[in-house]
Amino acid sequence: MADKLVISTENEAFLARITELSGETITVCDQCGTCSGSCPMIAEMDVTPSQMIRMVQLGQREVLDSKTMWLCASCFACTVRCPRGLDVAKVAEALRQVTLRKAIDRINIRAIPADELAELPQIALVGALRKLTG
Amino acid sequence: MTSEKHNAAQTLEKAGPSKKTRFPYYPGCTLKTTAQNLEASALASAEVLGIELVELPRWNCCGVVSSLADDDLIHHVAPVRNLIRAQEMRAAGVVDGETRLVTLCSMCFNTLKRSNARVKESADDLKTINEFMYLEDDYDGGVDVVHFLEVLRDVGHERISEAVKAPLAGLKVAPYYGCTLLRPKEIGIDDPEAPTIQDDLLRALGAEPVDNPYKKVCCGSYQIVQNRDAVADLAYDILRHARIAGAEAMTTCCPLCAFNLDRSQREIGEKHPDHEPMPVLYITQLMALAFGLPPECMRFDLNYTNPKALLLSTSLAGEEA
Repeated sequence: MADKLVISTENEAFLARITELSGETITVCDQCGTCSGSCPMIAEMDVTPSQMIRMVQLGQREVLDSKTMWLCASCFACTVRCPRGLDVAKVAEALRQVTLRKAIDRINIRAIPADELAELPQIALVGALRKLTG
Repeated sequence: MTSEKHNAAQTLEKAGPSKKTRFPYYPGCTLKTTAQNLEASALASAEVLGIELVELPRWNCCGVVSSLADDDLIHHVAPVRNLIRAQEMRAAGVVDGETRLVTLCSMCFNTLKRSNARVKESADDLKTINEFMYLEDDYDGGVDVVHFLEVLRDVGHERISEAVKAPLAGLKVAPYYGCTLLRPKEIGIDDPEAPTIQDDLLRALGAEPVDNPYKKVCCGSYQIVQNRDAVADLAYDILRHARIAGAEAMTTCCPLCAFNLDRSQREIGEKHPDHEPMPVLYITQLMALAFGLPPECMRFDLNYTNPKALLLSTSLAGEEA
């Protein structure tokens, strides 16, 4: 017998939280995979963008343990191509925010060697700090 | 100002209207540091076309990336504060009622335009932000954020061609668009899947634009800070496909794309011995070159992959470059 997928109230609450943060109707995704096929960072990811969306639909908090939303460069290739009009980049931002709003940072700027830090343009640093620190 | 620069401007003034069009201009942080070559070449080229970009007084960092969380208004404050500066400049009569705010950095463009769109769409959000910045005049939603490439498109590529003194004949250039000029759709300045705005400008300058499918694939953006290898891999693909298509150089309008594509060639060279260095230029540098402006307007010394050999080989470098 096939395993039965049970959606608990915790699962529903997680989907509701990400829906609220992203402002997106995440349930419209029908898993066509266009976002994954468009993602420039997919080679680095453990969970593809379309899998990430599926996990959010099912309210699976484990998605927060994946690298996916931290590798997103907010390039909006997925956003412009989604045939269902879902702004996948906003969902990734919402998933980052769940962690960052607990004041848990993804990067430690002090760990970057001084010579690398010195040559990085400000837009790289400010962009990374905005997306990867709380 | 050099005599050469004067001459180019005077030539155009004789041919066309002599009145200068003044625009409020937002530079952004990076144009004052690693991308001084973008600013210098754009301002000088604009002047040749009778356009003066008047820097906003007291501008502040736009935040680089737009806040995407629905409930996060605080990160729209910095962009909107800059829009208030543009509004003030117009009210002071400095820019002849011009409502457009011109940007050069693609990331600043995207962030300012997205915040502007949000407060134009939501009266509630605008009210909240205005109340938060109670020491400022209220923003009235009357500013339009544009990119310099759009201003050039409005000037008309025919008129730009007329200003060319040293056509970039024979130079095969891959225009790289990246993300923030094109996406999302409602913010982008061109077709997000088939952009041509840089191609058209390159053609007007006498260069030969080279098409390739990687021209709108992200270079990795701010991931350079935590993930240099992944960015180098992306840059390798982007540069390699431009090379395969026949390009000798690449152009961009984004100081972060420029850094990722140009600086990463150091790592790419170590990892891929077959990599042939490719100059990555701001499109405005090529425009200044084609307009016959002096080297201090191009600042090729700030490009990591030195373009001088290429430009000399195509007799474009000019006597001093």
